Amino acid sequence: MPDTTDRELTFAQAVREALAEEMRHDSRVCILGEDVAEAGTPFKVLSGLVEEFGTNRVFDTPISEAGFTGIAVGAAMTGIRPVVDIMFGDFLTLTMDQMVNQAAKIHYMSGGKWKVPMVLRTTLGASRRSAAQHSQSLHAWLCHVPGLKVVIPSTPADAKGLLKTAIRDENPVIFFEDKMMHHKLKGPVPTGEYTIPLGVAEVKRIGKDISLIATSSMVQVALGAADMLAEIGISAEVVDPRTLWPLDEKTLIDSAKKTSRAIVIDEGYGRYGVTSELASVISEGAFYDLDGPVLRMGAMHVPIPFSPPLEDLTVPTEKMLFDAAKKLCSKS
Amino acid sequence: MTPQTEEAVNTFSKELALHAYRQMLRIRMFEEQVNELYTRALMPGLAHLYSGEEAIAVGICEALKKEDYVTSTHRGHGHCLAKGATPNLMFAELLGKEAGYCHGKGGSMHIADPATGNLGANAIVGGSMGIATGAAFSSKYLKNDLVAVCFFGEGALGQGLLYEVLNIAQLWKLPVIYVCENNLYNEYTHYSETTAGDICARATAFGVKAETVDGQDVQAVYSKAKQLIDDARAGGGPAFLLCNTYRYTGHHVGDINRDYYRTKQEEQEWKTRRDPILLHGERLLHEGFTDKATLDALESEVREEMKAAVEFAIAAPYPALEEVEMHVYA
Repeated sequence: MPDTTDRELTFAQAVREALAEEMRHDSRVCILGEDVAEAGTPFKVLSGLVEEFGTNRVFDTPISEAGFTGIAVGAAMTGIRPVVDIMFGDFLTLTMDQMVNQAAKIHYMSGGKWKVPMVLRTTLGASRRSAAQHSQSLHAWLCHVPGLKVVIPSTPADAKGLLKTAIRDENPVIFFEDKMMHHKLKGPVPTGEYTIPLGVAEVKRIGKDISLIATSSMVQVALGAADMLAEIGISAEVVDPRTLWPLDEKTLIDSAKKTSRAIVIDEGYGRYGVTSELASVISEGAFYDLDGPVLRMGAMHVPIPFSPPLEDLTVPTEKMLFDAAKKLCSKS
Repeated sequence: MTPQTEEAVNTFSKELALHAYRQMLRIRMFEEQVNELYTRALMPGLAHLYSGEEAIAVGICEALKKEDYVTSTHRGHGHCLAKGATPNLMFAELLGKEAGYCHGKGGSMHIADPATGNLGANAIVGGSMGIATGAAFSSKYLKNDLVAVCFFGEGALGQGLLYEVLNIAQLWKLPVIYVCENNLYNEYTHYSETTAGDICARATAFGVKAETVDGQDVQAVYSKAKQLIDDARAGGGPAFLLCNTYRYTGHHVGDINRDYYRTKQEEQEWKTRRDPILLHGERLLHEGFTDKATLDALESEVREEMKAAVEFAIAAPYPALEEVEMHVYA
């Protein structure tokens, strides 16, 4: 990545800039989704794109997730590079045949003859008081399917560089954005053209006593917990895989070997989820260097409730992570 | 005869009529060999035969350009051949061999061939409707004048995806033809038990023009398809074509005892009185396009072609074991 500047963008601005640059760069890139044009999506992530590129590049679709996702699959096979917008990650359920049985399988089933270069952008994350059908983090589902790539950026700079790479990728890529980060999270974003390869984790904070492996909005949670841990003399390293598949196993394992302790934190459900997989990777790769079990922190195994105090219980917090890390460090 | 059908007949030249006959025979003979391979336990997996429905694949595909797109179903051998695929590579695929269209990774239900615009057969009932519509979307986006044909059986009428993409295709005037092959049976259940209302009304409700044609008459299918395809190519938007037909064999080759859902008499009537190859052969003779001896010779020739293709496939090697992890990602 080129030198960073003083320029700061929100997560949404970084995503928009990546899309605009790729659409200028390649006329085959177009956007399909509900309320993506003049409305710029309910999250206003795409505001301004239709003004620049017109309705022949930014397509407002009916509320038909399976339909327009399927259309994107066929379009990607035949010369277009569509970016599909699925407003809430919960609606991924409606696209599952198209993503799981079609997009993910076509290259393999055709013996490499057809390719599906498409991106599906969607959201994850609770904490908006949106209740159980607008708050899920379902990225683990997609990671389970060979043929799909899964990107889960945590900063505006990563979002821009990874989205550009995803659009240029020859495969179906699912790009998860935490909806709480869109406008609340700002960060430095390089001004020049840059891309970030898929499958390369980044150490977001260097430490020596414990590794906090965190994804998406949980990276900010981990950085906050690391600050709290520093105050009591524990040096925490924060590692962000950035893409869940391909997965940079080496960086995670190396960090755990160095610190000898690891906690994996992700906003998906803890059970059968991303944290389970990452914890296994670290356990298998760093077992003899560990001073304790790799801990997992994810969402509680409940539908996300509406009531604010109940919803707040379901997602890991800085304090929860701090307590767990402190305990793990004191035990060994 | 109305002026329209007169024109249609005129477009079905002697040359095309003979070619269509040959293509239908090739599908029939291909599947004879499939049945043989399967029952001799030489073919792994499942085999869903298209016999009885040949006039649809041939009638439609003869109205398409080679570069035009098709999507197919789990009963896809006919569409694949009609669009121009090579039997050698198809049989190799059916046997899971390296030489197959998909390196043996797809099998009978997933043959795909970019060279003939075949976006792939699909084993999810109705699963390819989005893909076909997407190919039509890219045709319009790239302004390359290609048309996409989506083949599906009447069982797929129960799938919601059809209605999502019909809506979008009509709103965006996409060049896609939805071809419903009504062979009367959704697997093991008569369509009357699964299909409420009128089939074509499903399309017309979206403003999509819908036509019905005798799916046993290759000339009728071709004529109707030609109009719809030419219109779609000229920017007229999508169309829906209902082809009434019959599936001679069971849902798959292993579906032998079918008395509980249909009678042998029904099967026999379709085979003897409504067979698309017999009917078209009679027409060729009646029109004086050919004679019986020539048709018989053609049949032997095609049967030999298919036998040779099977021999090629049997002799072909399996993929190297390293192939298992190839083509997961491009």
